[in-house]
Amino acid sequence: MHRTLLLRILFWVGLLAFLAWDWRYAAPIDRRQEPPLIAAGSGQEVSGGHCSMAK
Amino acid sequence: MNRLPLAAVLAAFFMLLLWNVSVRQAVLFLVGIGMGAALAGARFGFTTGWRHLVERRDPSGVAGQLLLLGLAASLSMPLLGAFPELHAALGPPSISLLVGAFVFGLAMQIADGCGSGTLYKAGLGVPLNMGILPLFALGSFLGSAHLDAWLSFGQWAPVGLVQQWGVGPALGVTWLLLGAVALAVRGWVGKGKSWLESRWLWGALALGVLAALNLFIAGQPWGVVYGFGLAAAKVAHAVGAFDPAANVFWSQPGNLQRLSQSLLLDVTSITNIGILGGALWISARTPASAKPLTAQQWLVGLVAGFVLGYSSRLAFGCNIGAMLSGIGTGSLHGWIWVPMAFAGTLIGIRVRRYYQF
Repeated sequence: MHRTLLLRILFWVGLLAFLAWDWRYAAPIDRRQEPPLIAAGSGQEVSGGHCSMAK
Repeated sequence: MNRLPLAAVLAAFFMLLLWNVSVRQAVLFLVGIGMGAALAGARFGFTTGWRHLVERRDPSGVAGQLLLLGLAASLSMPLLGAFPELHAALGPPSISLLVGAFVFGLAMQIADGCGSGTLYKAGLGVPLNMGILPLFALGSFLGSAHLDAWLSFGQWAPVGLVQQWGVGPALGVTWLLLGAVALAVRGWVGKGKSWLESRWLWGALALGVLAALNLFIAGQPWGVVYGFGLAAAKVAHAVGAFDPAANVFWSQPGNLQRLSQSLLLDVTSITNIGILGGALWISARTPASAKPLTAQQWLVGLVAGFVLGYSSRLAFGCNIGAMLSGIGTGSLHGWIWVPMAFAGTLIGIRVRRYYQF
């Protein structure tokens, strides 16, 4: 039980540490280039990554 | 565990996204929480559903999945027809797809989780799935880095039923094919089996609506493994172990841009984080239980997790990106993925039994 709890704590701390590292390492976010709230009807071509993409 | 502090943390993360990233990403995080809560709350396991069909002739899990696919297609295909800026999950029929889907179906039975299953079980705190997640990400990254070599064995252009035939015929053919699968399942399980179980039903309804909502908001169908591969690619790039400019997949402008951006801007990554959060929320009320594993079972499970990640990229998606989103948005590759993954599952169930999971 203690071992599982320790694993869970490690998992969440590791995930949050990774996100914090990524936030620091990544290019700053330009809020002026914010994507539309809803893509449908926005007229803007979607450019997100998806696992079905060959390239 | 008390849910109040958890709710406060999730709300704080939502506000952080709203303030520092974008409104869309904040809303997609909420969609992800809903997905995680539905997956974990209903214990909506694609892997378990297939295994119970084979081993116990229990059709309830697969019936829930068929309902989910039918609902997702009924909501998503009209959206694709009405809004040309939305994308279907179109993967190329290829040798890579055949091999990847077969191996994925095999490995998911050993790891006891597919793409979404690994995520929600990790969120619930199941030790093996928490351990698998980073290896899944590493495998997904390597699979994408090797994708061009696999595609050189042979591929055809992606086929989208909505684009080829229009919404009505594409939806009609999808329903017919789902009905044919239901008939085949009926032939296998025989008479007198219970097809409807409430958790599979409400899980299917919730996930079908959320999958369509993902398409409506993000402009692309629900996916899981791209986000995993992106995370591992970022680490490999940061430590100098990987040059994206020298790789066919990662040197594409879109992928290169996402490598330099925050993960919080990536659509699949943000819903993945939401799924983990939603499953954690569920675990506060109904904690997950898992039997202790031997050292050998841990090793086999972790290797299977790595193989899951690698094969899911060759297969152009897991049960979510290829099966749910592929079939739901009318991609031929989704219909090729299912029989190949099911064939792999038939082997995987035996391997699972051999290692006494």
